[in-house]
Amino acid sequence: MSGPPDGERPESGTPLLEVRDLVVHHGQLRALDGISLRVFPGEVYAIIGANGAGKSTLLRTIAGLHSPTAGSVLFDGTDVTGLRPERRARQGIVMVPEGRRLFGSLSVEENLQVGGAFAREGPWTIERVYETFDWMRERRNQAASQLSGGEQQTVAIGRALLANPRVLLLDELSLGLAPVVVQRIYGMLPQILAAGLTVLLVEQDVSQALRVASHIHCLLEGRTTLEGTPTGVSADQVEAAYFGLAGAAPGPAPEGSES
Amino acid sequence: MSWVNAIIQGILVGGLYALFACGLSLMFGVMKVVNLAHGDLAVVAGYIAIGVITVTHIPVLWSFLIVVPVMAVLGYVLQRTILQGALDRSVLATLLVTFGLSVVIENGLLQFFTANTRGIGSGLALVSGSFSIGSIQIGYLPLVIFATAVVVLLGLQYFLSTSRYGRLIRAVADDKEAAQLAGADYRHVFGIAAAVAFGTVALGGIAYGMYAQLAPTTGTDTILLFAFAAVVIGGLGSLWGTLLGGVVLGVAQQIGAQISISDETLAGFIVFLAVLALRPQGLISRGAQS
Repeated sequence: MSGPPDGERPESGTPLLEVRDLVVHHGQLRALDGISLRVFPGEVYAIIGANGAGKSTLLRTIAGLHSPTAGSVLFDGTDVTGLRPERRARQGIVMVPEGRRLFGSLSVEENLQVGGAFAREGPWTIERVYETFDWMRERRNQAASQLSGGEQQTVAIGRALLANPRVLLLDELSLGLAPVVVQRIYGMLPQILAAGLTVLLVEQDVSQALRVASHIHCLLEGRTTLEGTPTGVSADQVEAAYFGLAGAAPGPAPEGSES
Repeated sequence: MSWVNAIIQGILVGGLYALFACGLSLMFGVMKVVNLAHGDLAVVAGYIAIGVITVTHIPVLWSFLIVVPVMAVLGYVLQRTILQGALDRSVLATLLVTFGLSVVIENGLLQFFTANTRGIGSGLALVSGSFSIGSIQIGYLPLVIFATAVVVLLGLQYFLSTSRYGRLIRAVADDKEAAQLAGADYRHVFGIAAAVAFGTVALGGIAYGMYAQLAPTTGTDTILLFAFAAVVIGGLGSLWGTLLGGVVLGVAQQIGAQISISDETLAGFIVFLAVLALRPQGLISRGAQS
């Protein structure tokens, strides 16, 4: 992935997606504790962290599936914190949820049709999805529940693309899939990005995230422990931030991060 | 020959039960709402039909052109207001709310229309007429009702499998959160599903008013019970299962009546209990169709 070289994050202009001081509770548990981030157009922004770090909660809150206790989510400069998930999706914040979540009783093509039912204007059509993922065309009438995990994940991505998102949220694409399948799915990212897309992804597999991301953001127990470009942080820093090793200070505040 | 006759009459009345049952099944399948006011709403539709016919003098059969849209709008509004409100709390709350709705409707009807029974279109050749094949008499009305049920089920299947909203209804029934992420407002989709279900309820109510007599209590003591029995026998959430369930229920009743006229209803519920005990997923289980 050709992320911008170290130190040249496209700071100018408004971020496409901005999260300010987000606090989210699951019951009594403080799942996110003051998270801020800014995603600029064209970036592949990866949120990494261990199980329970709050990564998925962050993504789901951005998609509108959780309401924050405090803080706000801004999309293209507008506050969308109070919008329902379907309104956000129609504006271009589209999520591929963890565990694929295809409509199991619908066929592959019907899943794609539902994905495009409230689509924005844009480059993605069912035809284009079939061109991008060529195996899908001949299996379009198969029930989605009969596909393998990797195939389901691809259909889930296709379904999201049909909404013509401006920012695509990818929640744990690699979960439950064989490494070779994960490789193949991440290998499709450049093709998808070529259509002018911004990606915010959550990934437990750090090496995978470092490979595709132009910017990484590490969470630990609901707090930011490290932010920077994959080339601008050392493996030791990532390890410390990921596991919260004693004495590990948050990495040297990288360019552009506000904390 | 009387046994053959009983089976044929049972199959035909099964169409009526399927008309009662398909709306109940649809609302359960999509929203997980067990609508205990289902039968009362059918009675309301029947009373509306009587009112419409009295006021406008349109032909009895065409009353559905007014009653079905009215009930569909009522379905959408009820779903978007009190049913959704109950769903947001819990599935149990929907049972309480629809039970309350049932009580309110029944007593409202008693208050305004008394306990007298009313029929729709009694005296019409269609309602009382019949023809015979050999020694078997077949009424025009049961035949028309059965055909209506088949047409309604075909229409529902076509709507659900090919239309944009049909697809959304199935998607929301599968996973409403994933549907939201695709931009679908599941509350609106639920409303559409309720409108469709109430449209079928309207047909059921009119059909019953022509087939028998409507009274304020008919909804709970007959229509709801038979609808439940048909849905359970056929299989929850299965459209064609409701027709099969209705037919099995109807045949069981007619065979029961053949043995002794007082056993009619009992025989139907014995089959219902037997299915519940031996094959609780129903004769057609859900995964088998979409």
